[in-house]
Amino acid sequence: MIPAQFDYLAPTTVEEALAALAQHGDEAKILAGGQSLLPVLRMRLNAPEMVIDLGKITSLRGVRDDGDAIVVGAMTQHSVVGSDPLVAEHAALVSKAVEHLADVQIRHRGTFGGALAHADPAGDLGAPALALGAQFVIQGPGGTRTVPAEEFFVDLFETAIGEDEILTEVRLPKHTGWGAHYEKFVRVAHQWPIVAVAAAVRLEGGTIAEARVGLTNMGNTPVRAHAVEQALVGQPATPDGVRDAAARAAEGTNPPSDLNGDADYRRHLATVLTRRAVLTAAGATG
Amino acid sequence: MVRINLTVDGARVADDVEPRMLLVHYLREKLGKTGTVVGCDTSNCGACTVHLDGTSVKSCNVLAVQADGGEVTTIEGLAQDGQLHPVQEAFRECHGLQCGYCTPGMIMQSVDLLKDNPNPSEEEIRLGLEGNLCRCTGYHNIVRAVQHAAGAGASQVPGQTEAVQA
Repeated sequence: MIPAQFDYLAPTTVEEALAALAQHGDEAKILAGGQSLLPVLRMRLNAPEMVIDLGKITSLRGVRDDGDAIVVGAMTQHSVVGSDPLVAEHAALVSKAVEHLADVQIRHRGTFGGALAHADPAGDLGAPALALGAQFVIQGPGGTRTVPAEEFFVDLFETAIGEDEILTEVRLPKHTGWGAHYEKFVRVAHQWPIVAVAAAVRLEGGTIAEARVGLTNMGNTPVRAHAVEQALVGQPATPDGVRDAAARAAEGTNPPSDLNGDADYRRHLATVLTRRAVLTAAGATG
Repeated sequence: MVRINLTVDGARVADDVEPRMLLVHYLREKLGKTGTVVGCDTSNCGACTVHLDGTSVKSCNVLAVQADGGEVTTIEGLAQDGQLHPVQEAFRECHGLQCGYCTPGMIMQSVDLLKDNPNPSEEEIRLGLEGNLCRCTGYHNIVRAVQHAAGAGASQVPGQTEAVQA
């Protein structure tokens, strides 16, 4: 399969990329790692007239420590994020989610910002980003603005990024010392999760002091499981202590029905996977 | 057309290509490197796996223009001075194939895996090859071949830089 013809620009700075975007408007498409965009172009589900490749903008790559947050450049490849010691120490939930994202080759090309901007509800990064309270730094002609995760994900494949804007970096608030786990349910190797659960917990003694839980593919956007988080606080990190809280995982969700499972099945999966994710994050088994 | 300059299997190449041209088509149709095959054409099967700047990628999911300035190694660049790469030898020794169509991608991904993890467990091999499908379901001998290659010290990175210098 061969994409339809398009023109191509590979700017070397964000400013050049924004100027190209301003000139070509909605006829342009931003290319990050291309691991979602190229299949779309090959299948001709989209045929932009102009593709603006961010691959040569080196300032968009890399991970850095910025006080209370770890900052991931939008064009940092998944494989780099997954092996980064700062991410592992301060935002372990992201490391866990990246570990089994797609497959090795895709992780070598696909980018952190590209995947989040694509906003596939079955994508593995939205739920951890939401659970950790990530901040999205977006640059446009008028300057830079920062959008919290709960406002970033708008709808199916839709984010708060404007047509004339580019996601430049993602700030992950430090959750140092928290236990974390991403529990993903797939039927076939290297596929999108039918449902997945991102859980991070802070323990005091054997008790859960704080919890963050995000759900993948349980609606048009990633879902924060607030009811579970609140119910976990003060519970012992044991199967009995976690079970009742995990049973509330599907509250307020609107999961899809498709060939992989109907909505009721997904609601059931969410409760089971939440229990497993929280227990593993807490270092317990269940 | 866009001008690209890159190194493929140790040789410098420059071409004018359409932006929409996929790297796998560039390798096969412009350079005649038909050792790299198109399998599923949906970025699932991994048969088209090559190395770009030292890491494995699915070349049906990369534009040729994205490889501009880069260094590509295909299955045809693994053997050095007529000597098969140890992973190629191991696939032959263990009969790590049935129809052979997935083999170029399996070998390229196995080389990448052993570079990062010279002594992988069976589970690590299966996870490392997760993005490569064998439609004959011949995975058992493929995994054995990777184990065999690991035992033979195949973690050495294929001679990309050496080839450029030579």
